[in-house]
Amino acid sequence: MQIELTVNDKVVQWEVGNHEFLADTLRSHGYLSVKKACDTSCCGLCTVWIDGKSMLSCSILSLRAHGKKVTTIEGLPKEAEEFAQILSAEGAEQCGFCSPGFIMSVLAMKNELVNPTEEEIIHYLTGNLCRCTGYMGQLRAIKTYLGVA
Amino acid sequence: MKNVGHSIRKIDGMAVATGKPVYTEDLAMPNALVIKILRSPHAYAKITSIDVSRAESIEGVECVLTYRDVPNQRFTLAGQSYPEPSPYDRLILDQVLRYVGDEVAIIAAVDEKTAHRAMKKIKVEYEVLNPVLDFEEAIGHPSVVHPEEDLSVNFDIGLRKEMNITSSSHEEVGDVEEEFKHCAVIVEDVYYPQAQAHTMMETYRSFTYLDHAGRLVVLSSTQVPFHIRRQLARALQIPASKIRVIKPRIGGGFGGKQTGAGDIFAAIVTIKTGKPALIIYDRKETFSATTSRHAMRLRVKLGADLEGIIRAIDMEVLSDTGAYGEHAPTVLSCVGHYTLPLYNKTRAVRFDGKAVYTNKMPAGAFRGYGATQGTFALESTVNKLAEQLNMDPTEIRLKNISKVGETFLTGQGVALGSTTLDRCIAKGKELISWEEKFPRQEIGNNKVRAVGMAITMQGSGIANIGTASVEIRLNDDGNFTLLTGATDMGTGCDTILTQIAADALEVPMEMIIINAGDTDTSPYDPGSYASSTTYLAGSAVIKAAEELRGKILEQGALLLGVSVEDVEFDGLAVRTLRGDKDISFAKLAELTVLGNGKLQLVGYATHGSEVSPPPYVAGFAEVEVDQETGKVDLIDYVAVIDCGTVINPALARIQAEGGIAQGIGMALYEQVRYDEIGKMATNSFMQYKIPTRKDVGKVRIAFEESFEPTGPFGAKSIGEVVANTPPPAIAHAIYNAVGVRENQLPITPEKVFLGMLK
Repeated sequence: MQIELTVNDKVVQWEVGNHEFLADTLRSHGYLSVKKACDTSCCGLCTVWIDGKSMLSCSILSLRAHGKKVTTIEGLPKEAEEFAQILSAEGAEQCGFCSPGFIMSVLAMKNELVNPTEEEIIHYLTGNLCRCTGYMGQLRAIKTYLGVA
Repeated sequence: MKNVGHSIRKIDGMAVATGKPVYTEDLAMPNALVIKILRSPHAYAKITSIDVSRAESIEGVECVLTYRDVPNQRFTLAGQSYPEPSPYDRLILDQVLRYVGDEVAIIAAVDEKTAHRAMKKIKVEYEVLNPVLDFEEAIGHPSVVHPEEDLSVNFDIGLRKEMNITSSSHEEVGDVEEEFKHCAVIVEDVYYPQAQAHTMMETYRSFTYLDHAGRLVVLSSTQVPFHIRRQLARALQIPASKIRVIKPRIGGGFGGKQTGAGDIFAAIVTIKTGKPALIIYDRKETFSATTSRHAMRLRVKLGADLEGIIRAIDMEVLSDTGAYGEHAPTVLSCVGHYTLPLYNKTRAVRFDGKAVYTNKMPAGAFRGYGATQGTFALESTVNKLAEQLNMDPTEIRLKNISKVGETFLTGQGVALGSTTLDRCIAKGKELISWEEKFPRQEIGNNKVRAVGMAITMQGSGIANIGTASVEIRLNDDGNFTLLTGATDMGTGCDTILTQIAADALEVPMEMIIINAGDTDTSPYDPGSYASSTTYLAGSAVIKAAEELRGKILEQGALLLGVSVEDVEFDGLAVRTLRGDKDISFAKLAELTVLGNGKLQLVGYATHGSEVSPPPYVAGFAEVEVDQETGKVDLIDYVAVIDCGTVINPALARIQAEGGIAQGIGMALYEQVRYDEIGKMATNSFMQYKIPTRKDVGKVRIAFEESFEPTGPFGAKSIGEVVANTPPPAIAHAIYNAVGVRENQLPITPEKVFLGMLK
């Protein structure tokens, strides 16, 4: 069936299958920043924003994105670049496979939480797994980015 | 130095972090056939009949392959230098299935849905056999996992397939039994480090196609492109010259991608159909049909005198290699090689090990490669010895560790070139506040905090086996191209090798183009494993750069009309010592590469090392244990590292933090488990728990640099050694907290709770 949605500020009409998930639909339309890594909705790599809220695109039927505003990291080049600069200065992107989803969560967190504590940051991002870095460098980058101690 | 020693951003960092299409799946052609694998539901079975006709007749199905369609040539998926120590014990598809998940049939179709439909239409009948599931019962089990006649080895690895023994390892210097008689204190224990899953975020994947010359091109998420080329050539019975393996950006490896996975299935489909093909292992397959860390049983016996000097070490190891022997002999021998040299006041040392076949998923290479398991066992025993002697665990290490210039019993006379392990221990004590905190403090609410520690070593490359070749060219425009087969898997070696090249050539990093991991264009490199890349490829880069510098100076002098003794490098030019004349690299390149010059300047080097200098870590854990529930919280982890010269502090720190986190996972949370019929019970992140950011506490890293004389700018390795200390250090801290000595990893709250009841 056909859905109409806004992807990164561009209105699109896409033909999607009934069982298709948004992560696959986005990838098939060239939004290759969207990664999948768990098949059980728990790794956070496929995180995109739907109407400004970070969501797991692997677990949302594409049909449900009809009429919604979807944002991938490709749609936030300036913000993503700013944080990625800080993240990669720490070396904390490492393999980078989890980074786009992680960055989408960090940017959403910045919009949602005011002056978060370390505990709140960790709690907010617990759903974003990373196997390379051990998370410490990511935390340093976030603190630098948010300007919190 | 302008680059070495500086925290330089990874050259691919911004691209990978912002989601640019640089990984295998991103680069695959959209029309590639989708490959799915039908896998064995039985731990041990023989196919008595298989009918694929209904599957093949489905529209959109390109081919369905079974054991009848593959070459009858056994090979190994282990990515190792030829001649591989791992036995040639597998076929692309076999009539005999040796674990739940073993491949029964390969399906290639136009899309995933069609492939899955076809899979359901394959009719297989099995003769179910009695599986070997408990590795402690494998030797002499009535079932033989590999009875086949055509299993072969490249050299004697102590394989006795009729006994299910994959390999044997024995090393002995001095008379251990005799020495124990003279020891005032003897401690002994048995340890069970578990199978651990790599869980790299990008699962295994491979894209294959035939190029314009009809050659097979394999785009693979691998750590070992050259080894993949060799194993494909052997398995498919085609010349290696017909195969090109390219490694794009890869989403983590941790040793997992030192073993082939889906490449062979994609490759055979492309060979059979002539069409591009893509295989992506889902998470379940990645958990249950690739490799894990070897589960082991280790018995360690230590003898010491009353001063705490360790005089005898006896280590006996049984290693579970699962259904196939990938890395079985080498992981086994590394258990001893990367632990015994820690303590060199010994008068006798014995190591005896066997790796055994079972009907479970194969084990393989995993960061630490035997050292992790050996460190857990040896260091836990040393902690026990310290307690017996009423000595501080840090003191007993300081009394026994090897020092610069010293040898060790099983080390064949090789003297230690560099170590700051004593300083690492001292620094770690200070950072964790050992003097105040050891061993335990009650903190109220029935909770107790305690500290524990362990030390470890690894190697840097494989002595006399690992080699790295590097080529650096001066390009027509005065820039440089660095060609290497080293495989960056997120670790940053493309950046690190460029840093080294830039300092060796005295040019900015921006002038160096690095081209890596392509068997058609890269000089040979075994790939990134065995903590090799910085140490071996880094040295090769220096040698190649020096050769190229010499050639540039020579040509510069010639073009300036002076002798080579009278010129030097100056910025991006060759200049006379008097400073009266110079020629820029760009001009020099123009005059040599183009037109009448007819001479492109190239520096080339192949480097191997006769030694594998050990990096060291002293690891300190502070835990909080709830005495009512057995719940363990890791409060603080301090790792102080001697990796020689730190080439890139930010990247070294991240490597260390990541390795510690994997070690924390192994100590407290992770375990590959099987049910009673041999089916993996932990095939998703819902059952297999890797640490989240809430589970790692605080990890702090410090460096105590040494200078390794055989390393590039004094560097040793860091990639693996960092994974080893958490299991013994955390186990020690838990023991100090509540008196529970848990030797079976992971140390779950349940085990701690039950231990406290004893």
